Formats: sequence, structure tokens, C-alpha cells
Amino acid sequence: MAAPGTADFRTQLQDWLPKLVLAPSLAVTLLFVYGFILFTIVLSFTGSKMLPRFTWVGFENYEKLFALPAWHTAIANIAIFASLYIVICTAIGLMLAIFLDQKIRGEGMLRPIYLYPMALSFIVTGTAWKWFLDPGIGLQNVMRQWGWESFTFTWIKDSEMAIYTIVLAAVWQTSGFVMAMFLAGLRGIDNEILKAAQIDGASNWQLYRRIVIPLLRPAFLSAFVILSHLAIKSYDLVVALTGGGPGRATEMPATFMYSYTFTRNQMGIGASSAVIMLMTIAAIMVPYLYAELKEKK
Amino acid sequence: MSAASQDTAVSTGRVTRTFLYLVLILFALFYLLPLYVMGVNSVKPLSEITGGNMMALPQIWTLAPWRSAWSTAQIGVEPTGLKPYFLNSILMVVPAVAISTVVGALNGYILTKWRFRGDTWVFGLMLFSCFIPFQIVLIPMAVVLGKLGLAGTVSGLILVHVVYGIGFTTLYFRNYYAAFPTELIRAAQIDGAGFFRIFWRILLPVSGPIAVVSVIWQFTNIWNDFLFGVSFGGTSQPMTVALNNLVQSSTGVKEYNVHFAGAILAALPTLFVYIVAGRYFVRGLMAGSVKG
Repeated sequence: MAAPGTADFRTQLQDWLPKLVLAPSLAVTLLFVYGFILFTIVLSFTGSKMLPRFTWVGFENYEKLFALPAWHTAIANIAIFASLYIVICTAIGLMLAIFLDQKIRGEGMLRPIYLYPMALSFIVTGTAWKWFLDPGIGLQNVMRQWGWESFTFTWIKDSEMAIYTIVLAAVWQTSGFVMAMFLAGLRGIDNEILKAAQIDGASNWQLYRRIVIPLLRPAFLSAFVILSHLAIKSYDLVVALTGGGPGRATEMPATFMYSYTFTRNQMGIGASSAVIMLMTIAAIMVPYLYAELKEKK
Repeated sequence: MSAASQDTAVSTGRVTRTFLYLVLILFALFYLLPLYVMGVNSVKPLSEITGGNMMALPQIWTLAPWRSAWSTAQIGVEPTGLKPYFLNSILMVVPAVAISTVVGALNGYILTKWRFRGDTWVFGLMLFSCFIPFQIVLIPMAVVLGKLGLAGTVSGLILVHVVYGIGFTTLYFRNYYAAFPTELIRAAQIDGAGFFRIFWRILLPVSGPIAVVSVIWQFTNIWNDFLFGVSFGGTSQPMTVALNNLVQSSTGVKEYNVHFAGAILAALPTLFVYIVAGRYFVRGLMAGSVKG
């Protein structure tokens, strides 16, 4: 047995060890996440151009930001993109999950096909869809060659419609994932409830509308949170698919932030746009995470 | 988890079933379409794409686009092909995944088995960091990497990916270890086992499944990352950035077949992981969204 002094030291060390091991992670998070957030917030109130400078300008950057047509385009685009993306992904995901749940033969083959796009980089997805939607070589050309001479599909070159090609590619990438979330939810529903409702004479439609879908509430919430978070962060897909064009028609907050900060040397304005993005995501995530953590306690 | 066993008790008629199969197969075709387009057109001569039909099988099969994409295509200003960037990605991914997974395992262990006042807060802070838009950290990160002399290096990218990856890995291990009986830990403590010994002997041996989930999640995320790569890659750009440079290059003839071959090359590692360990991949996705 060790002397009492060393034993004390050992127990003390054992008490402190967990906190010591955790400390670097906490420090890194505090510095690289929260410190950096603070730094960017401060920058958004300065007149920084190419490099950070600490000349206080108050809300000038925010005023400029909201006066910029490019920012208005970005906001309008994210609103269109996020709402369509979330609604369509949820609808397709829910439909596929319900269909797959009907004792489908070959489910084991279909599920991975629906899900594999989630493993790809948005740059790969963007490249594939960019050329597939290209009027010259892609879908339009294919249809014409197959004999539909008047077929026209030029969305990707059309500044009014290009945003919808981003929705299409993004839905392609993530709707299978939403399917998996709903399928897990469906598989967790107690069959006894369904059987009881069937005995009461409920039709399949009523069964789903009145019982199953309400029971999937948690899956809806998770899908909404994860999809809105993906939507606001969408940068790569826009870059790869349309490059923000034609012109600046598919500018999004993420591409706006990047170009104002790093290519147009308007760091103050870039920082203020990043702050707006963070606030939007936080408004969705913080209540959700808070509720999740509280439940656990 | 989402095992395939428990089907619904709902019964459906024959017409409905035909309709179900029809819809399900149509969607399968929709998901497979881009993969088919990429595959078929990556083994065609360029003339068959520009003058032919994208959906048609090649008349002349060729691997030249693949060779070009891998070793001779113009990326930015250098005709190096994607090979060096592929290596950059490997050099970045392997250490970043290893470090973030080990750190996540230790964090998860502490946050569940060595609880202390305020540990939920610590976890909450780390958890929220998974969901920030990375635009909010780009500027200070560029400054710090510059100051550390890590701008444009693989080491810099590793640092970035570890820092913004430990939130997720901690989440995985924490939720996994939470289900592990704490009495066993206390018993081992009474027997005199210390902090690391308990981790090594008791928790690590049962951590296989969650380690796979964490490794796959981190691997996919880091391999597929574009924003950090393009912002801090400098001369050590990863595969995604190189692919984008290849496809977006405005000079010369657009070599669609080379672009498709390059896109498949960039997708291969994560596709491979998905095919080999898809089950775990799905589990990771779910754990990242449905915290429970």
C-alpha cells in the first residue's frame, strides 16, 4: 500500500483526470466555435475590407447588406429553396417509407438505392446534374433524339428557373435519407394500435391520416430540423451546379458570404451576412437541442 | 434500429400493390439515373456525348477519360489530373478521422461515466457546434491558420476537420455509452481500476459498433467537404475542390467524359464505404438527427 500522502494524490488525480482529458475539447470548442463566432460578430460591426480591421462602424454593414440587391436575391432564393426542398423531401420521404413498409418484396434492394446519394459529395451531385440538365447534351438533347423534337428544358440556363434545378438535385440527394428516418419511425409503431383501428373499420387512408402520421411527429420534427439546417448551409451544391448563375440568379446566403468576404474584399459585409445565417439556424436549432437535452436529464 | 423485420399490419389489395411497386421502381430509377449517366458517359469518346445521346451505351468503349481524369487533365493551371488531390484527401482524411474519433470516445466516456456539475452544459456547447453554419468561422479561421503557419497545408485542414468534427463524435459516443451500465464502472473503481484502465478494459471492447459509425460519418463528411477545402486548401486542395476546378474550367473544350470519370473518382471512396458498411452509415445519419 502506498503512503497516505501519495494515496491522496492518486485519488485527487483520479478526480481531476476526467476533467483534464475533457478540457482540451472544451477549450477548442470555446475558442474555435464560440470565440470565432464572437470574432465574426465583432467584425460585422467594423469597416473591415480585405483584412480584419477594428474600426467601429456600428450597424453600417447591416444597413448596406439589406440595401444590396444581391442579398435580396439570396434571401428570396433561400426562401424558395428551403421551403420547396423541405416540403418535397418530406413528402417523397414519407411516401416512399409508407410504400416500402407494405411488406414489399425487394425492400432490401430498394432501400440502399434510395439512400446512396447521401454518401456522395454535393460537388459530385452538382457535376452529374449540371451536365444532365445541360440543354446541349443532357435531357433536352436526349428527348429530341428520341423523337420529341419540340421538347425544351432549359431551366439551368434560365435565371427565373435555375433555382428549381438546385431544388431538384438537393431533393435527389437527401430524400432517401428522409425516407430512412420515416421508415424507422414506422417500424417503431405498435401494430396492435393498427389492428385495433382496423377492427373498428378504419380504411387504410384513415389509418394513415388519423393514426400513423400523427404518431410520426418526432420523425417530422427531426426531418424538419436536419433539412432546414442543410438548406441554410447549402454552398457546395450551388457552386457545382450553377456557380450562383446564370448571372447571379441562384445566389444564396452561403455563396454571398463567400464572395463578399474573399473575392470582393467586403469583409465587414460578409461577416454581417454570416451573422444573419447563424441567427437563422440558431433560432431553429437552439430550442430543438434544448428540448432534446432536457428530456434526457 | 430500423431493422427490416417488423412490417406494418396494414393490408393492401392487388391494384394498390401494383401501384406501390410501380412508384417504388420509378423512384429507384430516378435515384440511379445520375449514376448511370456518369458511368456510361465516362467510358465514351467525347464525340459520342456532344454528337450523340447521353442515355445511350457507348459505341466505342474507352478508358481514356478515366486515365485523363486521373493523371493528365488540367486542374487549375497544372495538367496533373486528380491523382495528387486524391492523395491530399487521403492524407487529410485518415488522421482527421482517427483523432476526432478517439477524442470523441474519451469525451463520451467522461460525459456519461464521470459526470460533474455542468456536464450537460459542456455537452450542449459541443452539440450546438455541430450545427453552426461554417460561414460564421471562416474569417477568424483564415486568420488563425495564417498565424499558425498552417494556411494552405494538409495539417491545417486536419486541424479544422478535427475541431468541427469532435461535436459529432462526442455525440455518438455519449449516446452509446449512456446505455452502458454505470454499476460496472463503479465496481471496477472499487477494485482499484483507474480512469484509463476502465476505459481501456471495459468500455473500449464494447465500442466496436459506435466506432464504426463514427469513423464512417467522419470519413464521409471530411472526404465530401468542399467549403473548408476551398477556403483553406491553398496548394493542398482536397479532391472535391479539384473536381470542381476541373468541371468549371472555362478554357478549352469541355471534356464531359473526363468530368464524369473525375466525379466518379471523387465519389468512389465514400460509395465504397457505403456499399461495404451501409448499415452503419444509416445508423450514423440517424444518430446525428434523432438524438436518442
